[in-house]
Amino acid sequence: MADEQEPGGSEAPPPGKGEAAEQPKKPAADAAAKPVPPKPAAAPPPPKPPATMAATPWVSDLARELKERFGDRLGEASTYLGQNFVVVKPEAAIPVLEYLKLDADFDYLVDITAVDWPKRSERFDLVYIVYSFSRNERMRIKTFIADGFQPATAVGVHLTANWLEREVFDMFGIEFAGHPDMRRILMPEEWQGYPLRKDYSIIQQDQAWVRENLNIESGQ
Amino acid sequence: MPDSTFLDSTELVLNMGPQHPSTHGVLRVILKLDGEKVMGTECVIGYLHRGVEKIAENRTWAQFNPYVDRMDYVAAISNGLGYCLAVEKLLNVEAPPRAQAVRVILTELNRIASHLLWLGTHALDIGAITPVFYCLREREEALKIFENYCGARLTTHAFRIGGLLYETYEGFEREVRAFCDMFLPKVDEYEELLTNNRIWVGRLRNVGILNADECKEYGVTGPVLRAAGVKWDLRKAQPYSGYEKYEFDIPTRQNGDTYDRYMVRMEEMRQAVRIMRQAVDAIPEGAIMGKVGKVIKPAVGEAYVSIEAPKGELGYYAVSDGSTQPYRVRVRPPSFVNLQALDRMVRGGLMADVVAVIGTLDIVLGEVDR
Repeated sequence: MADEQEPGGSEAPPPGKGEAAEQPKKPAADAAAKPVPPKPAAAPPPPKPPATMAATPWVSDLARELKERFGDRLGEASTYLGQNFVVVKPEAAIPVLEYLKLDADFDYLVDITAVDWPKRSERFDLVYIVYSFSRNERMRIKTFIADGFQPATAVGVHLTANWLEREVFDMFGIEFAGHPDMRRILMPEEWQGYPLRKDYSIIQQDQAWVRENLNIESGQ
Repeated sequence: MPDSTFLDSTELVLNMGPQHPSTHGVLRVILKLDGEKVMGTECVIGYLHRGVEKIAENRTWAQFNPYVDRMDYVAAISNGLGYCLAVEKLLNVEAPPRAQAVRVILTELNRIASHLLWLGTHALDIGAITPVFYCLREREEALKIFENYCGARLTTHAFRIGGLLYETYEGFEREVRAFCDMFLPKVDEYEELLTNNRIWVGRLRNVGILNADECKEYGVTGPVLRAAGVKWDLRKAQPYSGYEKYEFDIPTRQNGDTYDRYMVRMEEMRQAVRIMRQAVDAIPEGAIMGKVGKVIKPAVGEAYVSIEAPKGELGYYAVSDGSTQPYRVRVRPPSFVNLQALDRMVRGGLMADVVAVIGTLDIVLGEVDR
C-alpha cells in the first residue's frame, strides 16, 4: 500500500507554482509554454478497488449452529475463494474452538497466527485455523484485538497451541493470558521489539543486544 | 536457575546441541535426566531464524518465491509448490494440466530425495553406517534430474506462480522412467539391510510412541500421523495439482512407534514411484503457464493453502492488500509443529532414544526456525 502512494505523492509538487491545482489533468497543453516540461504523468493511479475482501456469506448448517449457540459474540460467517471463516469477539474465540472440537469434530488445530493492521483501532487479526478429519473440512476463526489486549490461551483446548502462541507472542507481542510458558521461541529471550509488527523495519534490530551478545556494532 | 532442577542430586541437566551430529542442524535440547532415564526435555530453537515471513512483506509476490526453497531445503520443490498454489488461489487461477503433471513428477521425486536423506541420516544416528552411502547414491540421481531441469540441485526454485518457467528438457521423460526402474529395487535393498536387522528393530520398536489421539492433540501430521493409524494424506483428502488423477495408496501402520514410521516412509517412497510412473506416461501437451500477468497483484483477500510435504502438512496463509507485495505470508511448517511432540515422545524413555526420536520426526531446522 505504501508503495503505491509514494509515486503519486512525489509527482505533485514539481511542475507549476500557480496552477498546481489542476496539475494532473492536462499537463501537455500548459506545459508547452513552460521551460520545465512536467513529468509525463505516465500512470495516473487507477481508482482503487474497495479495499475489502470480496467475501460472500457462508451459508451452512455449521454456520447456523454457531450463530445459534454464540449469538452476538459471533460476527459474520463468510466464504472467500471457497474457504470459510467466522469472525468472533475476542472473548468467544476459545469457547468457539472448544465447541468446534467437542461438538463439531474439528479436532485438529492447524495454525494460530496474527496479522498486523497498525491503522486500525483493533490492531491485530488473530487467526485460528482448524480442520476436521471426519468432515474433511477446514475453517478459520478470526478475532480482532487491540494492542495490549491479552487473549485467552488455547492450550487448554489444543496442546499444539503452546508453541504456536509462543511464536505469535514472539513476533507480534500478543500475550496470551493463562499460557503455561509465555516466552519467546525463535528470537533471543532478551530481544526488544516484535519483528512482524508493521512498524518494525526490516533492517531494524536490537542494537544493545547485538552489541552485548555478539560483540559487534551491527548485524547488518 | 530454580533449586528444584539444579540441587536435586538425582537429576542431571544435560545439554544436547546446538552443535550435535544427531540434531541435524542447530537444535538445542535440554535434557533432564535421572540416570539414563529422560525426565523431561526442553527444545531451544531459533538459531536459523532468518525472518522469512518478514522478508515476504518486503518483496513482491514473485520475488519471494525463491526464499521458500530455503526453509525445508531438502524438499525445496514442495515448499515452492505450496507457495505457488497459495498465490494462485489468491489470483484465482490454476496451472495448466501440463504444468500440473510436471509439478507432480518433480514433487514426488523430491519426496523420495527427502526421504532418502532422512533414511540415511536416521540409520547413521542409530549406528548403521552403510545405508547412508546407498541413500545418497540414489538421491544423487534425483538431484541430477532437478539440475537438468532447472539448474539447481538443492534450492531448486522449479516452479513459477501460474505454472512452470521451463519446458521439460529433451529426455526428461526417459530419465524419470529410468529413475523409477532403477529405484524400486533399491528400496528392497534398503529394507534387506534394515527391516529385519536385530539391532535396527531393537533400537526402533516401541520407541517414541505417539498414538493417534496424541498426534491430533499436538497437530502432528505426515508420516508420524500415518504410522499411528490415521489414514490421512492431503493428496487424497483435498487433492491439489491433479493428484486425484493418480492411483496410489496411503501406507499406514498401527503402533505409532519409530519402527512404524520407518515402515511408512519406506512404503511412501514406493508409492511416489507409482505416482511418477503414471504422471510421466500421461504428461499432456499444451501451455506451461496459466493466465497470470507480468505483475502479480492479487485482489484484496486471504487464503490458506496447504499441501502434503514429505514432513507433513505444509501450509501458507497469504494475505493480500491488493498491492504487488504480500501483506502477510504465514508459513505453517510441519517440522516446527511436529517437533513440539518430542517431549511427549521421549519422556520416560532412555537418553539414547532421544537420538532415534529426533531422527524419526524428520525435522529440518531451516523449516523449524524459518
